[in-house]
Amino acid sequence: MHAVYGFVVGPLAWIAFAVFILGSIWKVTTMVRSAKAKDGQVLAYWDFTYALRSIAHWSVPFWPVNSRRHPFMTIVTFTFHICLVLVPIFLLAHVMLWDYYHGIRFFSFSEGVADVMTVLVLLSCLFFAGRRMLLREVRYVTTAMDWVVLVVVFLPFFTGFLAYHQIGPYRVMIILHILFGEIMLAAIPFTGLSHMLLAPLSRGYIGSEFGGVRKARDW
Amino acid sequence: MKAAVEKADEKKHVDSGIQKGLRELTPEKIEKALQRVFRDETGARLKAYSEICVRCGLCAEGCHYYLSHDGDPAFSPVGKVKQTLWKLLKKRRRITPEELERVALVAYTECNLCRRCAMYCPIGIDTAYIISVVRRFCHLLGITPQYIQDTAHSHSVTMNQMWVKEDEWVDSLLWQEEEAREEIPSLRIPLDKEGADIMYSVIAPEPKFQPQLIYFAAVIMNECGMDWTMPSLPGWDNSDMAMFTGDMELMGRLKRTHFERAQALRVKRIVMGECGHAYRAVYDVGNRWLGWRDFPVEVIHAIDFYWQMLQEGRLKVARKFEKVVTFHDPCNIVRGRGLHEKARDIVRAFCPNFIEMHPNREHNYCCCAGGGVINCGPPYKKVRVAGNRVKAEQLKATGAEVIIAPCHNCHSGLKDIIEAYDVGMELSFFSEIIYECMEKPNAVQG
Repeated sequence: MHAVYGFVVGPLAWIAFAVFILGSIWKVTTMVRSAKAKDGQVLAYWDFTYALRSIAHWSVPFWPVNSRRHPFMTIVTFTFHICLVLVPIFLLAHVMLWDYYHGIRFFSFSEGVADVMTVLVLLSCLFFAGRRMLLREVRYVTTAMDWVVLVVVFLPFFTGFLAYHQIGPYRVMIILHILFGEIMLAAIPFTGLSHMLLAPLSRGYIGSEFGGVRKARDW
Repeated sequence: MKAAVEKADEKKHVDSGIQKGLRELTPEKIEKALQRVFRDETGARLKAYSEICVRCGLCAEGCHYYLSHDGDPAFSPVGKVKQTLWKLLKKRRRITPEELERVALVAYTECNLCRRCAMYCPIGIDTAYIISVVRRFCHLLGITPQYIQDTAHSHSVTMNQMWVKEDEWVDSLLWQEEEAREEIPSLRIPLDKEGADIMYSVIAPEPKFQPQLIYFAAVIMNECGMDWTMPSLPGWDNSDMAMFTGDMELMGRLKRTHFERAQALRVKRIVMGECGHAYRAVYDVGNRWLGWRDFPVEVIHAIDFYWQMLQEGRLKVARKFEKVVTFHDPCNIVRGRGLHEKARDIVRAFCPNFIEMHPNREHNYCCCAGGGVINCGPPYKKVRVAGNRVKAEQLKATGAEVIIAPCHNCHSGLKDIIEAYDVGMELSFFSEIIYECMEKPNAVQG
């Protein structure tokens, strides 16, 4: 068991980070290169002011009209994304690992706060799963990939929660938690999770079009 | 879902254009079109849109078809992408004629390319672009609805949308000039005047069905004291159905002809009549295809022109238009070109009794005629009218007597909706109201 633990926090962690970082660079550069070659207009009309204007408006809950039409979804989705990104970075146990292995120290959430945020991620996942099953417009277009992505995001938080609360066999749980976390990280550039990398570009582009060409709001 | 399938069945096999294309298909032809569109002509944009859509369904309420069909998911923007692009990319050359027919019907008749949904997608996916790519694919396969293909043929042969012959065009202008001279003896519609400030261009349905709009425009130009001209040669029609069929080569020819006519006349700028799609063809599609970021000759829409005339004091209000009016924001000039506030300035200048419809400005519901949908002809009229119940409700709620809609497609689409849902409202272009209420210093008194 110890050897497995050593493997997942050692070589596998390096691999996961490498896949995530190199994969992300590959993803963004191939997109930009393809845009240069095939979609000349994307670069011609790209405008940082309007791109940031659009991103800024959509980063504020209840500013875009559509976010006001779906208030609960807006609250859940903002909470989910904020917790999803911040918890893995600022969880005390993770911060301690950075310190232990690399001597890097930074701020961490208190354990109680991180615990609540983890629960919020899990509940959000259940909410999204519910939407996929119950809402007609979502069910109609849902694909297997959407479920895979949801499970890939759910598992590291779920196993992390169980490990923290010492529910079930701790050692197995912590290994699973690390493994699932690494899978999630490595999956970002290659699955629907790539919207983390590309959504700012698509948002920025439509913002540039609406601002620069169409002289209209896009929120 | 069930309703959508039933509707598709109703429309199946009725369109001779699509049927002919389907009969002539081979897997090799499909493969060739797939390669051309999805390997050669499209790139990062389409790929990114396909990858990052998380299928959250939040675009659904952006679509008037979806709202009018009580939340039928087949009419949501992403639902339409599922039935078209995803289907194509999944089945590729194995796609059956039956499935391709559905792809063409969804792309051509169940999406107006109005881009309202682009404002509802949290990550900014432009579904109208995706549907345009699908139409491009359908065009290359020759599975285009017959009616709109006929207008494209007309464009190709005559450089105008309505098979208007050169002598008929010039004759229509002379006729309107003659009519208008009874009211304003000094009025001229100057043909091919080199070096004029303005070239005025219209869409072919004006000489064909609504020549009085040319009359009104001539009166406005004359009474505002403009140095203007209209071309007698091809390039006078600024409309463009080719961009909606997916025939980008033809679309490019049309836009080039339009701009080159203006350049040949050495005018300072082009003023376009009250049409939405033609303006889109200029600022959004044609210029890009031809490699211009902007325009080789300045082009403004009639709304911008009237607004400038009001600002400069050339256009003066003689009397107010007393009926209660509401204003319909056409997609291509409002969500597409931000002319909503200028339009409201014109409305307020002439109409003291103005009621907003809701939602409005960028969020206004489409007329359900644009994007070439109405040009797909009678077989699809019912689908189009059923697809915009929400617009009828929106109009009724204003209680206005007159809808001002400065776009030809909007006029035709709203007219059908007004009749089908007993909305009981009149339709008007700006030019009609301006003509009626403006000061005409050169008019015969009496």
